[in-house]
Amino acid sequence: MEEMLKYLGIKSVDELFEDLPPEIKTDGLNLHEPKEEMEVEMEIKKILSKNKSFFDMPFFLPVIKPHYIPPAVDEIVSRQEFYTSYTPYQAEASQGILQAMFEYQSIIAELTGMDAANVSMYDSATALGEAALMAYRIKKKRKILIPRNIFWHKKKVLENYAKGAGLQIIEVDYGEDGRMKLNHEEKDVAAIYIENPNFFGIIDDRYKEIAEMRERLDALLIAGIDPLSLAIYNPPSCYNADIVIGEGYFGNPLNFGGPLLGIFACKKEYIRQMPGKIVGATVDKEDKRAFCMTLQTREQHIRRGKATSNICSNQALCCIAFLAYVALLGRNGLRRVAKKNMDNAKYMANKLQKIGFSLPFHKKFFNEFVVIGNINGKELNSRLSNKGVYGGLPIDEYVENGILFGVTEMHSREIINFAVEKIKEAMEEKL
Amino acid sequence: MAKYDEPLLNEIEEKEEEEFLEDVERKELNIPNLTEREVIKHFIHLSQMNYGVDTGFYPLGSCTMKYNLKLLERVVKNEKIAYVHPLLPEDAIQGCLEIMHKLEKMLCEITGMDAFSLQPCAGAHGEFTGMLIARAYFEEIGEGDARKEVIVPDSAHGTNPASAKMAGFDVVEIPSKNGRVDMEALRHALSNETAAFMLTNPNTLGIFEKDILEIAREVRKVGALLYYDGANLNAIMGKTTPGKMGFDIVHLNLHKTFGTPHGGGGPGAGPVGVKKHLEKFLPVPRVVKRDGKYCLDYDRPHSIGKVSHFYGNFAVLLKAYAYIMLKGKKLEEAAERAVLNSNYLMEKLRSIGYEVPFYNRRMHEFVLSLANLKKKGIKALDVAKRLLDYGFHPPTIYFPLIVEEAFMIEPTEDESKETLDKFADAMKKMLQEDVEILKEAPHNMPVKRVNEAMAARNAILTWKDMEK
Repeated sequence: MEEMLKYLGIKSVDELFEDLPPEIKTDGLNLHEPKEEMEVEMEIKKILSKNKSFFDMPFFLPVIKPHYIPPAVDEIVSRQEFYTSYTPYQAEASQGILQAMFEYQSIIAELTGMDAANVSMYDSATALGEAALMAYRIKKKRKILIPRNIFWHKKKVLENYAKGAGLQIIEVDYGEDGRMKLNHEEKDVAAIYIENPNFFGIIDDRYKEIAEMRERLDALLIAGIDPLSLAIYNPPSCYNADIVIGEGYFGNPLNFGGPLLGIFACKKEYIRQMPGKIVGATVDKEDKRAFCMTLQTREQHIRRGKATSNICSNQALCCIAFLAYVALLGRNGLRRVAKKNMDNAKYMANKLQKIGFSLPFHKKFFNEFVVIGNINGKELNSRLSNKGVYGGLPIDEYVENGILFGVTEMHSREIINFAVEKIKEAMEEKL
Repeated sequence: MAKYDEPLLNEIEEKEEEEFLEDVERKELNIPNLTEREVIKHFIHLSQMNYGVDTGFYPLGSCTMKYNLKLLERVVKNEKIAYVHPLLPEDAIQGCLEIMHKLEKMLCEITGMDAFSLQPCAGAHGEFTGMLIARAYFEEIGEGDARKEVIVPDSAHGTNPASAKMAGFDVVEIPSKNGRVDMEALRHALSNETAAFMLTNPNTLGIFEKDILEIAREVRKVGALLYYDGANLNAIMGKTTPGKMGFDIVHLNLHKTFGTPHGGGGPGAGPVGVKKHLEKFLPVPRVVKRDGKYCLDYDRPHSIGKVSHFYGNFAVLLKAYAYIMLKGKKLEEAAERAVLNSNYLMEKLRSIGYEVPFYNRRMHEFVLSLANLKKKGIKALDVAKRLLDYGFHPPTIYFPLIVEEAFMIEPTEDESKETLDKFADAMKKMLQEDVEILKEAPHNMPVKRVNEAMAARNAILTWKDMEK
């Protein structure tokens, strides 16, 4: 350091801060003394030990759920070349991650039946917000139809994204079967958002009717999907979706709700209205295949206030994890896991029915489902609190005493049997 | 860097038998079945064709490419977060809430703000959140319709105007003067229609806005808010705070200042801090401590609501927490060394003959103009590509927009004098090289110069497109 100071002809680094007016200077930071690595690691472990994980207390919460992550995924995303690098603006030094991103886009396109995908939004909620804004840009209309049964966090985020452009969010009711009513009439609709499976876990196969509603209202169709269900169910291209969003949890841990990965895909005709980073294939000077970020004139660093979105940093590494997961499982593995999710959910639902719960919606579900019991979900969960298991999400806003359960390949028969036994015990408890 | 003709995943030969699942509705799914061995080889090859911070010097201006301490990766590999659900009851998530609560307090100390929300997932997301807070504030005091404008300097990051626009504001751009905010232009732009002035300080030229107190006074005079883009906080940690400078709203980039890795573009984290009078507008839920227990408080009637699905990028927040725990009050040394490295390298490059517009002492970064090289037919892009051959990641180029052929260098505090000297040597050698060598660069990368124009023209975005 001495040498560098000497080179600059100054005595101390303080001289480098002389542009700071004296009135604003602070006298250092009122923080702790620096700590050793070991100390920090042990302290953090101690704090986190206060959490209860799925392995301490199995839970059946929906929206995002615990899934098994193959060890090879960790190995891949732990490569420093991937996780320490920046957005690949310098294509020649970033061919590896660019090709991976291109493969991610290809996989998302395969799963969703769309033509193109970007390299992530922050999560499915912000992806929905961006999709609504994109539909507004394309259709120049201001209403966004959403199902009344939607996870409330997602709706809250959408409202914030809609505010600036003055979009109007309109909730469409669901019928007795728990599915969105498709006969809704409305003028000035930019987009219809439909979830499949929906918030109640129900698989929607009314392809013709959904596509027909899109035509009738002259709106874009935004489909909210679960990527795993698409391994065994038809993609949203079957009902003419224009934009597809979803939570890309493949290979990414729950991590207390973040980072997540917002999937965002669309038809080719709309790619120039897409938000976010996109990678394209091209060639180098010697005509060798190469990859680079493309269609950048949509983006904030070029278009500033006129960009399609303000997004810069995204969830790129989560895309690599997603891709690695799909590559490792392949088409066979994805189908196997998807089927296991569905089977386990069915098994759990049957078990719950045997102890007195009923299923209000008589429709096919994937790995989430709603039950009604003679006990309120909140009360049930509080009674379960000392029994080593936690239930689903109470959804009294929609269904009185309704509980939304989420089940995956990680909920073994043993875990489900144990949980159902404890739920039975809890229900029999006297207040 | 290694070179492979690495096939795309779908071009690798499939090895497994098809499992036909009779009761599966979807028959067509073009995703290859590969063995773990093939998959690992594929990704290891790809990784070897990618430059990371561990590979070498990465002086990308405005991005603060610090070395990412390995402890940060270790602490998140814990099933006590990996398998913890955000909707569990508070009793089951006390650990996560404690980390968040403590991190918020430390960020308040570092920035001089009164309250933080950790919910935004990236810097731009933080800006958007900040703009929504500004909007909610003016709606609350009955000036929602009047306050239509957000002012940004022409040197601002592109995200600033884009975020303001997304929150529904009209953007007014003001010119800079000698690399700083032009006070005349600012006064002229400010009015009772101004909602906020967004400013990066030190600015994107690496110059400290020393009129900051006057700027704050002028902004306050018209009743507007002052917004701090925290991209460059690394330069001033422990020396001053946005709070002391008079800012009302701040966003930070934990993936820059607090050493969390950039992940090839993300995930980052963009917490937003505010002064007391704006606290009630922060997103829900807030993490609060009641009777020794941490809680998620949703009962905030003035809150702007939610900006992301749950509580932000928790794993990134935890890494930043570990970083601050390690450094403590010595975070100040990061600022000192980053500023010293930057000034040292700037002087070295200037002595070689590179032009530094608005020549001045700099903070943590500086911007060269390579406009002089244009006479020889060399562009900033050529110099950047040639640097790759020398084993360096190039700086940010063509930003900020107010510098012609901009070459924006941020060395960070982690680089040694030796590295800086080697970089300067490479920059010197390039001035003497044959023009063609630069224009044809890079020569030693896995591919030669990539044709970006063709990519935009053809828009081949998936392997399906490629087959066509």
